[in-house]
Amino acid sequence: MSQAVSHDHEHHDHGHIDQNKLKQFGFWLFMMTDVILFASLFATFIVLRDNTSAGPIGADLIEINGIIVSTFILLTSSFTSGLALLEMNKGNKKGLIFWLVVTVALGLGFLGLEISEFIHLVHEGAAIHTSAYWSAFFTLVGTHGLHVTVGIVWIIGICLQLAKRGITPDTRRRVNITSLYWHFLDVVWIFVFTIVYLMEVM
Amino acid sequence: MLETIKEFAGEFFVTGDPMILGAQISIALVSLAILFVLTYFKKWKWLWTEWLTTVDHKKIGIMYIMASLLMLFRGGFDALLMRIQLAIPDAGFLHGDHYNQIFTTHGVIMILFMAMPLMFGLFNVIVPLQLGARDVAFPFLNAFSFWMFFAGAMLFNLSFVIGGSPAAGWLAYPPLSELTGSPGVGQDFYIWGIQISGIGSLATGINFVVTILKMRAPGMKLMKMPMFSWSTLASCITIMFAFPILTVTLFLLFLDRYMGAHFFTVDGGGNPMMYLNLIWMWGHPEVYIVVLPAFGIYSEVVSAFSRKKIFGYKSMVFALMSISFLSFFTWAHHFFTMGSGADVNAFFAVTTMIIAIPTGVKVFNWLFTMYRGRITFEVPMLWAIAFIPCFVVGGMTGVMLSVAPADFQFHNSYFLIAHFHQVLIGGVVFGYFAAFYYWWPKVFGFKLNATLGKWAFWLWNIGFYVCFMPQYYLGLDGMTRRLYTYDFDMGWLELNILSTIGAFFMGAAFLFQVWDIVYSIKNAKREHKADSWGVGRTLEWGIPSPPPFYNYARVPVVTEQDDFWEKKMRAERGEADPAIVKAAEEAPLEPIHMPKNSGIPIIMSGFWFIAGFGFVWDWKWMIVLGLIGVIATMIARSFNYNDDYYVQVEEIERIEAAAAAKGAV
Repeated sequence: MSQAVSHDHEHHDHGHIDQNKLKQFGFWLFMMTDVILFASLFATFIVLRDNTSAGPIGADLIEINGIIVSTFILLTSSFTSGLALLEMNKGNKKGLIFWLVVTVALGLGFLGLEISEFIHLVHEGAAIHTSAYWSAFFTLVGTHGLHVTVGIVWIIGICLQLAKRGITPDTRRRVNITSLYWHFLDVVWIFVFTIVYLMEVM
Repeated sequence: MLETIKEFAGEFFVTGDPMILGAQISIALVSLAILFVLTYFKKWKWLWTEWLTTVDHKKIGIMYIMASLLMLFRGGFDALLMRIQLAIPDAGFLHGDHYNQIFTTHGVIMILFMAMPLMFGLFNVIVPLQLGARDVAFPFLNAFSFWMFFAGAMLFNLSFVIGGSPAAGWLAYPPLSELTGSPGVGQDFYIWGIQISGIGSLATGINFVVTILKMRAPGMKLMKMPMFSWSTLASCITIMFAFPILTVTLFLLFLDRYMGAHFFTVDGGGNPMMYLNLIWMWGHPEVYIVVLPAFGIYSEVVSAFSRKKIFGYKSMVFALMSISFLSFFTWAHHFFTMGSGADVNAFFAVTTMIIAIPTGVKVFNWLFTMYRGRITFEVPMLWAIAFIPCFVVGGMTGVMLSVAPADFQFHNSYFLIAHFHQVLIGGVVFGYFAAFYYWWPKVFGFKLNATLGKWAFWLWNIGFYVCFMPQYYLGLDGMTRRLYTYDFDMGWLELNILSTIGAFFMGAAFLFQVWDIVYSIKNAKREHKADSWGVGRTLEWGIPSPPPFYNYARVPVVTEQDDFWEKKMRAERGEADPAIVKAAEEAPLEPIHMPKNSGIPIIMSGFWFIAGFGFVWDWKWMIVLGLIGVIATMIARSFNYNDDYYVQVEEIERIEAAAAAKGAV
């Protein structure tokens, strides 16, 4: 019923259906498919977690303190991206861009720690081709890292658009979607942190 | 220098087979001829502005369907080659490796590059029209999906002449598909061809879910929505949940081959059975993805040509959605023989049997729709009627296969081959053909020739039974799939010859269809009637054929299920339309908001193609070039705010008047 009513309303606007709303809904659906993607990778990791093929195991090499630091950084970045939204809703362009830049900086920090962790692991003799366990480890954690990288490039692009165009319905939608994406990566990381790291070192 | 070039070409091009050499030469000649014709008739600009950059769902649909017919030709040609080889014992027509390549490409092409694009083409052409919408939710993304499919399909097909075809079966089970089992680049073409087109499929799934949930005409509640749109929704939801699994599975196989990972290898702790589970978690829903829209088509066609409302609308919707849900819980029935134990097998046997229930409900609904209807036997209706007995038998043999202990006998035998061809041809292909003939006049303004259509229909049907019924028996008699030759004393000669004859009947039927299309384009009377068959029930039959690019000059208001039919009935009875319907029809025209054409989808997919080709050959520069191109085009898209425009009222009036002058309304 609400469908029909909202259409009636849009009908008066030259039959122009609100594209920004549609895109936001479409993005929610995309994130559902991304959940399935990560679910498949988690399932693979869980199935293969004992298949270390007599090679090194996670508990030997993972340095949990570094991971806790990077977890903290990513959670904070989620918070700052929320602050960015608050500034946007106040109509404060400068504040919005400021908090987005902070978010990107924290994201880069997270990424840097992840890369140095990977380099450390490879030096210790645990690479993607070492065993099924490490294949699954690098793929799952790396796919999350790749998502973060995409998010960083994306948010930078949107900062440039904001600087040029200010807060318009179109840029507002773009900020909303990236922020949704960023929180989503945070949620995925909680699962990575729990299943890949905590359960391994416990 | 010359030596290195020679060596490279020897590895790059497939050499040493006269048939492939012939194909290479003909591909080169046809490509040159196309380039020549386009240049000579100065059609490049037209091609670019009207087709390659279009975001119009109808044109995208037509391109999908054209591409899928081309793929049907190739997949069918593969099938005939296999049937020639198998017709007689000890045949030397194809050697073993070539045979392996052919059954692999036949399977991949028929499912992923024939059935899927034909289905997407039908979604595109029909769904927005049925909903009373002016386009899909994301027209740009829609064009992107098409070009990703096209890039993937071309990449896959290229393996035929460059580098060598994949030969590890249509689902590429490891360890055979690992680097140790398939060292050539064929398997990499497989991975990247499917991966690239898979991204497009996923995007289409999301696109149509949003379109259906958010863009229906005012008054069209979900439970008044036409059945084909319902089946599209069911299918697209299934795509959304299944395709990410495929992406992951192929990505992991790629990592195994490219980075030396150990997901599915036999050494290093890998687990090949993990691949089977993952691929069938996508693969089983996939068969329902393609068959659900066919169910929707039968519902539309049967109801239209029986001139009756569909029987059991609600149970039909419930059946569609429950099939879509249950399809995710049956995957292990593809490998009962894996040895996961009685409990697991029992679970998957039962879920498989349960799926037969909603399917059976649908069959009864179609029969009851026809019961006491005023049936006429136009070509689309013939396909729908032929489907019912064919699919029932195919479904029954499916239930036989679902009995896990019995499956140990049937597994990978020709019994299975006959079963899935019966449900895929008798279910999916018959349905898509019904749709093809039914909606053709809506898209082009004239009907396909019925005489040629009936020839094709009968040849297809006779050919189908002659081809596949013997295969059930051959399977029970011990003939296994993927067998490229057999001894004379196996006693399979007669039935195999019969089967091959049937296959050629279907090949002839396809030629009749091509003839029908060419003949009708040249000779058919241009009717431009809105209600082409006179039995239309849904909104699309109320607008001109072909529809103007904005579809609906005024957004229609819907009050009933089968709204267009009910409106016709009211007019016949001399009743007035409800006030809201009238108000919507008489409202003054307003400017229409439309998306602008864009070259980015085809360019971005071109870069994906380049990156995929680079990954296949492991040419780093090409990978980098392709990926940079992909990112650059994405950024270009994100920074482009000028992607829409308004069609002015004068323009709409002019187009509507021209359509009315042709006798469209």
